[in-house]
Amino acid sequence: MRVYDVQLQSRLFLGTAQYPSPAVLREAVKQSGSEVVTVSLRRESAGKQLGQSFWSLIQKMNVRVLPNTAGCHSVGEAVTTAHMAREIFQTDWIKLEVIGESDTLCPDIFGLVEAAKILTNDGFKVFPYTTEDLVVADRLLSVGCEVLMPWGAPIGTGRGLNNPYGLRTLRAHFPDVPMIVDAGIGAPSHACLALELGYDAVLINTAVASAGDPVAMARAFAMAVEAGTKAYKADPMEQRDMAVPSTPVLGKGDLL
Amino acid sequence: MKIHLNGQTLDVQARTLSDLLAELEFENTVVATALNGNFVPANERRATHIAAEDRVEVLTPMQGG
Repeated sequence: MRVYDVQLQSRLFLGTAQYPSPAVLREAVKQSGSEVVTVSLRRESAGKQLGQSFWSLIQKMNVRVLPNTAGCHSVGEAVTTAHMAREIFQTDWIKLEVIGESDTLCPDIFGLVEAAKILTNDGFKVFPYTTEDLVVADRLLSVGCEVLMPWGAPIGTGRGLNNPYGLRTLRAHFPDVPMIVDAGIGAPSHACLALELGYDAVLINTAVASAGDPVAMARAFAMAVEAGTKAYKADPMEQRDMAVPSTPVLGKGDLL
Repeated sequence: MKIHLNGQTLDVQARTLSDLLAELEFENTVVATALNGNFVPANERRATHIAAEDRVEVLTPMQGG
C-alpha cells in the first residue's frame, strides 16, 4: 500500500500502549511485521527521562512512527499537540484525533475537518481518525487529507466492525483513497474482514497489548491481515439468499 | 514568580522558557514545549519570555494507540 508517497509492505499498523513490558512491546512489533507504530506525547516529570527511554526503544525498532493527538477534545489542542509531535518525532505524519464525546470517544467530525484543514496547510500529512460518514470523508479529502482512518468500533471496545455496510459503502465511494480501519478491532477475524472489504490496512493496539500473549496475538493479526488481503485480491464470491448445491445434481442416482 | 507547569503550580526564578527548562532539569530530556496553549519551537525558547501565571506544558514521547 502507498500512503503519502511512502510504500509499505505491511498492512498492519500497531499501537505501542498498554503492553506488559518494553520487551513484550518490542517483540510484538517484530512479530507483527508492522512498519508503522503509533506514539503519543504526555507530560514529562522534571529531572526524569521517561520519554527518552521509550523513544530510544522505538528508534531501535527501525519502524516509522505515526504520532497521535489522542485525548484532544478541541481543535486548538489537537493542532498544538501535532506541532509538538512533529518537532519531537521529526515526522510530518499525524494521526489526528479530535474527540467529541468521552464515553464513546466518538470523533468530533466538525472539529476534525477544521483541524485537518489547519494542519494540512501547515504541511502535515494528516491521518484523520473519523467515522464511516461519507460526507465527512469527502470534506476531509477536500481539505487535503490523502488517507482516511474510519473507526471499526469505539476505541478499546474490541467489538470489531460495528457497521460493515457503512464501511463497505465508504470503501466503494472512494475506491482510490488509502483507508485504514482504526479502533475497535478486537480479534484477528475482525482485521481479516476489514481487509476482505477492501480496506488497505488496520491499526491495532488494545487487542494485541491486552491479550494474554501479546506476542502471539501480534503474529495472529499479521496472518489475518495477510489472509484478508489475499482474499480481497482473489475476488470473494457474492453472498446469496438461497442455498445452491455445490455437488452436481446431474447424474445423482435414484436411490429411493 | 508562580507559574503552572504541567498542571502544577511552581515558584520559579527563570524568565525565559529555556531558562525554565534548565532550572527544572529538563535540559537533557527529549521534550516539546507549549506556552499558554501555543507551541513554542525549541529554537524559540531562548527568546520566549514567561510571566506570572503562565501555563507551560513540557511533553515527551509516550506510548500511544
